[in-house]
Amino acid sequence: MRDKNAETMQKYHNDFLREVEANVEEGDWVHMCMQCGVCAGSCPLGDAWEHSPQKIFMMIRAGKREEVLTSDSMWMCTSCYNCIVRCPRELPITHIMHGLANYAHRLGIAPKMNPTRRFAKLFWNNIVKTGRVNELKLSISLYFMDGFTNGVKTSLEMTGMGLGMLKTGRLDAMGLLRSHGIKDKSGLHKALKKAREIEDARKGLS
Amino acid sequence: MTDIVATNETILVVGGGISGMTAAIEAAECGKDVILVEKAPSLGGRVSQLYKYFPKLCFPTCGLEINQRRMKANKNLHILTLSEVTNIAGDSGNFTATVKTAPRYVNENCTACGACGDAVTAEVDNPFNYNLDKIKAAYLPHNMAHPQRYVIDPSIIGTDEAEKAKTACKYDAIDLDMQETTMDLNVGAIVWATGWKPYDAAKIQPYGYDRFDNVITSVEFERMMDAFGPTGGKLLRPSDGKEAKNIAFIQCAGSRDRNHLTHCSRICCMASLKQTTYLTEQYGDDEEAKASIYYIDIRAIDRFEDFYQKVQDDPKVSFIKSKVANITLDEESGNPVLHGVDTEGYHRYSNPHDLVVLAIGMTPNVDISEIASGVSTDSSGFIQVNVDNGGIFAAGCASNALDVNRSVQSATAATLHSIQVVNKVSAAEA
Repeated sequence: MRDKNAETMQKYHNDFLREVEANVEEGDWVHMCMQCGVCAGSCPLGDAWEHSPQKIFMMIRAGKREEVLTSDSMWMCTSCYNCIVRCPRELPITHIMHGLANYAHRLGIAPKMNPTRRFAKLFWNNIVKTGRVNELKLSISLYFMDGFTNGVKTSLEMTGMGLGMLKTGRLDAMGLLRSHGIKDKSGLHKALKKAREIEDARKGLS
Repeated sequence: MTDIVATNETILVVGGGISGMTAAIEAAECGKDVILVEKAPSLGGRVSQLYKYFPKLCFPTCGLEINQRRMKANKNLHILTLSEVTNIAGDSGNFTATVKTAPRYVNENCTACGACGDAVTAEVDNPFNYNLDKIKAAYLPHNMAHPQRYVIDPSIIGTDEAEKAKTACKYDAIDLDMQETTMDLNVGAIVWATGWKPYDAAKIQPYGYDRFDNVITSVEFERMMDAFGPTGGKLLRPSDGKEAKNIAFIQCAGSRDRNHLTHCSRICCMASLKQTTYLTEQYGDDEEAKASIYYIDIRAIDRFEDFYQKVQDDPKVSFIKSKVANITLDEESGNPVLHGVDTEGYHRYSNPHDLVVLAIGMTPNVDISEIASGVSTDSSGFIQVNVDNGGIFAAGCASNALDVNRSVQSATAATLHSIQVVNKVSAAEA
């Protein structure tokens, strides 16, 4: 009987909403959603999502932890802010989507091959190195993300645009060799490390 | 209007809609001196502009007729039309209210024969029909207008048109030299019944009220049903005059939305449910007649749940649980297309309709802080009950988003409060 009780408790007493409120950026807004559907209808990529924001919020409240955190839907957000502007309750929906994506990533259960996630990782690694984005290196690492052959193919496809950007001074051809970083790189690295420590301690991550 | 004598035992009622009329009549019938001030040329307010009102679906003319008869029979009641209260000074039991009266250019001799209207050719927007059509510049505001007296629109003053009207009048009722007047009234208590106005629908950008002809508001829809309305009682859509049979109602248009009105306007659900019954009235069993209500949740306030159930049983009416995200236009057919995702199953839809009716929210008509200081209002501008308001009592939609039933109740309450104030004054002076 006691086991049965514990089982039922496990099933119905879900803490996922509380977990989201505590650990996800802007997650404490989730309970404010009144399920009107304006965000889902306003999303320009609405058709491409498996779970619209409206649905994600309901799933969080229903305790569907696994399904939410492994969903690739929040990675599809392009930050157009249509949903934030229209939400009758002013939920920062875009930020919550990014917060959920980040949390899933930190837990290591975000969809591994999701292209947005992979690009986000490339971007992060690129920018923290010197404190400024090296656009040439970022583009090349993006082209070669799916192997050497694909990289060469994409690079050839983009030659025209690349030359145009070089001509108009939009791309630094020497970018492969040098990076215009910030002055105090080690200071930045220290600050980021400290921030990560604080966040991990608060959220119980490692 | 030199015959008006006001003392600090007089009750001033501001606004001549259903709430103000009720308050004025009830106070006057209790033997108090009452001055009723109305901004429009006639009494009746927004209720007189409805086709029918819920829950019994009566025509407002019926209730108006009873009120008008009671007003005419009462000697304690003075009515000032085309008048506004611009300032209130003083305290409970001893207020000074400044009243500005715009010229009507027509005096008490008017018999409403209509000769001036026939003589004049100029036309102006007709506010009674929410400017959906035009009316002659010498006009009777509406059939049930009280006082039953014509008005000359100021836009024709100084032109030949005004002279034409004057010449046509056989009763010497037209006085083109009338001027705006201002007077100070000494009163003991004030019933503030300035009512509501529809929220500016154009501000709800995704619904395109200002871009699409076939997106209208619920108050405009009411006027369409009226035999004396802009479409002669037919549901004709504005873009091409085609009969509108497939009609969408969008709930919470402006209400319950932190970008617009934070409050629930309370009447809109019942108003839309009521308006679905107009389809049966117009089209009988015609299978093409369809009403779709897009809603977040239906708030058929308390006793009206049975009305909601009746509408649910109507095969013409379907309910879609979704706040519409945006509206686009199908250029070819002129149909507005509603886009969104429903909450019961998360289905994405793009539904074309002949006509879209926005169940528009209520917002207070007048900002009282510009007229009297120290009156407590809530975040939406409605007047709250507060002892610090002194001898100023809100009635009807000046106090909250209310239906007719609750407005009348609130008017009675405000009347009772104001009677207590003037009774105290007379007790002190006795």
